[in-house]
Amino acid sequence: MIHSLFLVNPSGDIFLEKHWKSVVSRSVCDYFLEAREKALDPEDVPPVISTPHHYLISIYRDKLFFLSVIQTEVPPLFVIEFLHRVAEMIQDYFGECSETVIKDNVVMVYELLEEMLDNGFPLATESNVLKEMIRPPTILRSVVNTLTGSSNVGDKLPTGQLSTIPWRRAGVKYTNNEAYFDVVEEIDAILDRTGTTVFAEIQGVVEACVKLSGMPDLTLSFMNPRLLDDVSFHPCVRYKRWESERVLSFIPPDGNFTLMTYHVNAQNLVAIPVYVKHSINFFESGSGGRLDLTVGPKQTMGKTVEGVLVTVHMPKTVLSVSLNATQGSYTYDNATKVLVWDIGKLNPQKLPNLRGSLSLQTGAPKPEENPSLNIDLKIQQLAISGLKVNRLDMFGEKYKPFKGVKYITKAGKFQVRM
Amino acid sequence: MNSQKRFSALRAEAAGAVRTALGSAENLQLTLKTDLSQEEQHLTTHAHTDRGPGETRTTRNDDLKEMLENNKESLKLEAMKRIVGLIAKGKNASELFPAVVKNVASKNIELKKLVYVYLVRYAEEQQDLALLSISTFQRALKDPNQLIRASALRVLSSIRVPIIIPIMMLAIKEAASDMSPYVRKTSAHAIQKLYSLDPDQKEHLIEVIEKLLKDKSTLVAGSVVMAFEEVCPERIDLIHKNYRKLCNLLVDVEEWGQVVIISMLTRYARTQFTSPWREDGVFDENSERAFYESDEEKTRDDTEIKPYTMDPDHRLLLRNTKPLLQSRNTAVVMSVAQLYWHLAPRNEVSIVTKSLVRLLRSHREVQYIVLQNIATMSIQRKGMFEPYMKSFYVRSTDATHIKSLKLEILTNLANEANISTILREFQTYVKSQDKQFAAGTIQAIGRCATNISEVTDTCLNGLVLLLSNRDETVVAESVVVIKKLLQAQPSQHSDIIKHMAKLLDNITVSMARASILWLIGEYCERVPKIAPDVLRKMAKSFTSEEDIVKLQTVNLAAKLYLTNSKQTKLLTQYILNLGKYDQNYDIRDRTRFIRQLIVPNEKSGALSKYARRILLAPKPAPVLESAYKDRDRYQLGTLSHTINTKASGYLELSDWPAVAPDQSVRNVEVIEPVKEWAPSLGKTGKSKPAKSSDDKFYSDSGEEEEDEKGSGTSSSNDGSSSSSAESGSDAESDEDKSSSQSSEESEKSSSQSEKSSSESDIEQKKKKKMKKPPQKKNVKPPNKDSDSDENGNLARKASSSSAEDSSDSESGSVTDSDTEHQKSKVKPKEVKLQKEVSLLDLDDFTPGPATQPRSVLSPSLLTDLEGLSLSNISTMQVSGPAFVPEKSHNLLHRMTGKGLAAQYQFTRQPCLYQPNMVSVQISLTNTSDHRLEQIHIGERSPAGLKIHCFNTIEFLEPDASVTVSMGIDFNDSTQAANFQLCTKEDQFSVSIQPAVGDLFLAVTMTEQDFRKEQGKLQGMNECSATITVTAENTSSQPLNRRVAAMANVGVVPSGQDNVHRFAGKTACSGAVLLVTVELRESSAAVITINTEKSVMGSMLLRDLKKSLAQA
Repeated sequence: MIHSLFLVNPSGDIFLEKHWKSVVSRSVCDYFLEAREKALDPEDVPPVISTPHHYLISIYRDKLFFLSVIQTEVPPLFVIEFLHRVAEMIQDYFGECSETVIKDNVVMVYELLEEMLDNGFPLATESNVLKEMIRPPTILRSVVNTLTGSSNVGDKLPTGQLSTIPWRRAGVKYTNNEAYFDVVEEIDAILDRTGTTVFAEIQGVVEACVKLSGMPDLTLSFMNPRLLDDVSFHPCVRYKRWESERVLSFIPPDGNFTLMTYHVNAQNLVAIPVYVKHSINFFESGSGGRLDLTVGPKQTMGKTVEGVLVTVHMPKTVLSVSLNATQGSYTYDNATKVLVWDIGKLNPQKLPNLRGSLSLQTGAPKPEENPSLNIDLKIQQLAISGLKVNRLDMFGEKYKPFKGVKYITKAGKFQVRM
Repeated sequence: MNSQKRFSALRAEAAGAVRTALGSAENLQLTLKTDLSQEEQHLTTHAHTDRGPGETRTTRNDDLKEMLENNKESLKLEAMKRIVGLIAKGKNASELFPAVVKNVASKNIELKKLVYVYLVRYAEEQQDLALLSISTFQRALKDPNQLIRASALRVLSSIRVPIIIPIMMLAIKEAASDMSPYVRKTSAHAIQKLYSLDPDQKEHLIEVIEKLLKDKSTLVAGSVVMAFEEVCPERIDLIHKNYRKLCNLLVDVEEWGQVVIISMLTRYARTQFTSPWREDGVFDENSERAFYESDEEKTRDDTEIKPYTMDPDHRLLLRNTKPLLQSRNTAVVMSVAQLYWHLAPRNEVSIVTKSLVRLLRSHREVQYIVLQNIATMSIQRKGMFEPYMKSFYVRSTDATHIKSLKLEILTNLANEANISTILREFQTYVKSQDKQFAAGTIQAIGRCATNISEVTDTCLNGLVLLLSNRDETVVAESVVVIKKLLQAQPSQHSDIIKHMAKLLDNITVSMARASILWLIGEYCERVPKIAPDVLRKMAKSFTSEEDIVKLQTVNLAAKLYLTNSKQTKLLTQYILNLGKYDQNYDIRDRTRFIRQLIVPNEKSGALSKYARRILLAPKPAPVLESAYKDRDRYQLGTLSHTINTKASGYLELSDWPAVAPDQSVRNVEVIEPVKEWAPSLGKTGKSKPAKSSDDKFYSDSGEEEEDEKGSGTSSSNDGSSSSSAESGSDAESDEDKSSSQSSEESEKSSSQSEKSSSESDIEQKKKKKMKKPPQKKNVKPPNKDSDSDENGNLARKASSSSAEDSSDSESGSVTDSDTEHQKSKVKPKEVKLQKEVSLLDLDDFTPGPATQPRSVLSPSLLTDLEGLSLSNISTMQVSGPAFVPEKSHNLLHRMTGKGLAAQYQFTRQPCLYQPNMVSVQISLTNTSDHRLEQIHIGERSPAGLKIHCFNTIEFLEPDASVTVSMGIDFNDSTQAANFQLCTKEDQFSVSIQPAVGDLFLAVTMTEQDFRKEQGKLQGMNECSATITVTAENTSSQPLNRRVAAMANVGVVPSGQDNVHRFAGKTACSGAVLLVTVELRESSAAVITINTEKSVMGSMLLRDLKKSLAQA
């Protein structure tokens, strides 16, 4: 299956390699680097590249390429999914997934990779299992380690791999037993220039942070489960219970995990929390243009909209902008032609506005198309679909856990065409 | 025997290899010191000459060596960490091999791990030195800790050193029968490694794979299937016996294993089942299908007209994979989607749509693959994705390849109804800054225009508007597409051609210019005024044009010469002259050819006569079709599909067979007792059951949904005849609200009923529990029915006939099967609800498994545990019969039956329909000269007799015969079951008289358990007799056979030679039956039978006496 893995940084250097079968020369990456050169944007590099003897499947994540070498037929998604798991694992262990972090912890990353695959076939990908084998670094432990010379490798061998509940480690103990659930919803929308919704849908995810001792068996129920149209679960969730009773019944992994993701079935009824009044025009003479943007709250269910960020991909010919923002600040990156306007909290009384002039490359024709806006926003304490957690029950353990649910709505791929 | 021998040979071979390994190791060690220094020197000098900063490098490596040779663990560790760092960076650290390998036996786990990492990386390069470490691994392979055994095997098999192949082989074989499933999993991985190292070992490895395929642990399943796929994917026969097990385990296998198993099963299913797609399939369902009679029944009742019936195994696969669509792992979802695409009936494929669309929310790379697959699917099945059209709308932030895939799909989805929406969307895209994408959109518009004739004109007009676009690529693309469109229907579009002729002045993209010229040439008769003028202009600029434009100019000239030579003769001559001296030989050639063709002179042959027909022949319009049109020749979701060429190792998906191969190959006859030990993990062990049962349930639930309409005799029983309103009324009320309530109720009632059914002896009840599950294990799906049925029946008894002792009673109203079917049709909803209820009550155990006393666990819950190899709870397993008597008994003589002859035979298999029934096989033969119609079972006596009827046989041709199976609850008595066998015209009373031995089910247990059970069944439960056995029966084999022939009991392994033990249980109540035959001197033997069914015991004793004393 997966033969080798190379980590490649944005400038095309290979800074880590791992082979699970015989060694593949790193020259195989040249095909990939060539494709990367050709692509305008790293995102445009095709994920699957075929070379005379190997197939290269890569993902681009956190400004790094994870490039795997394959020799025989394998479902490409299998590899892609695994590579993302690797990136998530690094993120989980070290807080971020970047070249520096990986270089700093190269031995541990290498050991993790060793455990995750055997002969190219995934062996242990559950974070709970891995963490028992190789303990994640903490400040305290690294101090202790340097003093005593002990290591991060678990001296006990993991039981999770062997238990019938592979996602949970055994013998969990906490003094404070707590379970937190974050219901995070993202609005994906495309609005056309008149503000009409071309397409809108809500994608949600229930993130959990469960720190409970022993082997708790949890049941989470919703007030209005009928809202959920399509769901996918962490392997711990008992699908049958969901099918019959629409409750989530599960023995949770220890720590942070994604319990479920869902899709809300309400294509036309999606509340759009903000509106944008926009006008952009370029003078016929071709030397400049004007931009005027106003953002205001629309259907917010009485909550404040925070963290509003407007991103505009300007036409290539826009050289510089001279704008005036009534709220927040803006930046314009001339290299990528991206205008970012960081607004922050929306005040319904005083709507933020950004206006001013654009200067264009002289002699260039008037841009054909108006750019599109991407909007980022956040609304605390609200699940825009109206989904509500009803209750959380615990069985199997005696103590009373502390429970909490948080709702948050964000903009997903929220695009306004101008 | 043979394998034993081979094994020992292998062992000897391995030992030999070890010896050589050790020998060379010793030598090396002796010479290590001196050798090394030389080698080292060599290396350092090498490094010196090789690279500039070699000095620092070598000194560092010297450091590392020093550190490794130090006694301090921490220094060694530090050194190893740095070495691994070097490896990770791809630097060469092989010269440190001797220093590193010494630490292989270190006590420090981290150090050891790092050394392993190093070894695996460099052993291939330093084979001789690597042998030093082998003995350490061999020792570790015998370690009591399973994880150490596993990791030793893992490293040993990863060291790619050919000399140790025999050692590896031996280690794999041993690990394959290890107690720990984790070690067995590792051995499955090792198989692949060994195979890649030495393909000659294939035959041996297949043996191991075969063995591991039988493994019931979910941990092993994925890995061994992976090994199977890599080593011997052609040995599809190895799968047969494991097919149902794999299907049932699937939900519990880890996600990566699921992907592999699903893709293997997809291939398997394509070779074993017939196509569910064809309309006219003719099937003989009755033959060989007795096993699944009840399933057949349902489908047949509903769809009398449709001749195709899906193989139950085929259905099982579809049903058990469906829940995996909800997996968080995109690869799993995709593999289920492709399975449905390749295997499911057309109308069921669309259930995967929603999940595939969900994947589009995932990472860019995932989107790419999924969109590719959707593109292929959407060509064949527009309807599947049309409702989700908007999900394929393009965002400006999408990567270019994602954009073009989405465009592709949108184009595929376009139809008369949605084309206006799509075109509006396309309008936005055309204006995109990404010009490549805009060009793609124009092509897409062109495709829409050709595919949907209603919008051709609109599209064409739109494209013409684009001709005035400022961007040249857009214009050029439009011209090219318009050219193609006009070619399809040139009649009314001379305006457009004129317009394009005007464009020629401005447009510079050569492809577009060439297209315009071609168009004018092709339709020059429609624009007679403009064409010569265009030619004039082109003549002027000819020399500065691109080659492709020049060629088209020559073409245009030639065509005009033929149609309008008066005006263009000179121009043509001029152009041909220019072309004659062009730099490009293509153009020179073309010019010469055209000149010869069109200008008549003495040299030109017959060809010029046909010049007009050659040049102005009507040309077929190009077909604009998707690039994904032929991709479906590859299995979806594969690498080959993505790259659109066959990847190495791609396994072709075969076509459906015209006739299904024998399906009985998948029947699993003998259930081996599971000898696995799951590690006890405190509460883990207890809580898992709940989970597993859940999973099992949902894997089974599909069946309920699928089949609910005709849902067998059993469930309709529940639904229709529950006069004691509880469940009935619930069924009427709102589904959601009542579900929890009713589940409680039914739980109550079922537990109640269990209470009443047992003979209030707790101990016995426990036993019964323990024995029940295995019996169901044989075949899952029908079980479910029988389970709920049992519950239902019992519940009914409990409520209606006040606490009658079920095991003795013969009450319980059983309606005629025909009316049941009718009822079930009338009240499908009730049936469904009832089903759910019976499932729910089991689910309700899940929340507090740790606190639930075991006695409440329902039998089926235990069954599911079995599947998960937690079987140490139960010590008794129903096994297959040791002996199946071939003798069949006459049920109906052909004379009395007016041509219908019937024979019956006890199959001694656990009954599928209900566990407490005895399975009887009936073969019906039509000896008359006319066809007999509607053969079914009519009235029966005694009135309470419970029979699971075979489904009505519609007709039986003369001389044809059919075998059906039915279940009869004899209630642990030898009283004959009387019933009527009816044809359309006649009714015949028949009776089935069981021998006492047929009322048992064979059970396997250990000697220890046997003694324990025997201890409980003393006194009046014991009967014994002393007999004189014939000489031939004194040895164990014939004795065992005799006893097994007499009664369906299983042999219990015995420690003593002269004592033979057999165990069984009664079919109905599940009471234990223990038979002991003790041989004494001078052919005397004591037969002892222990059972609480003393009547049966004594009857059996009588039969046994007779049988053993027989000569």
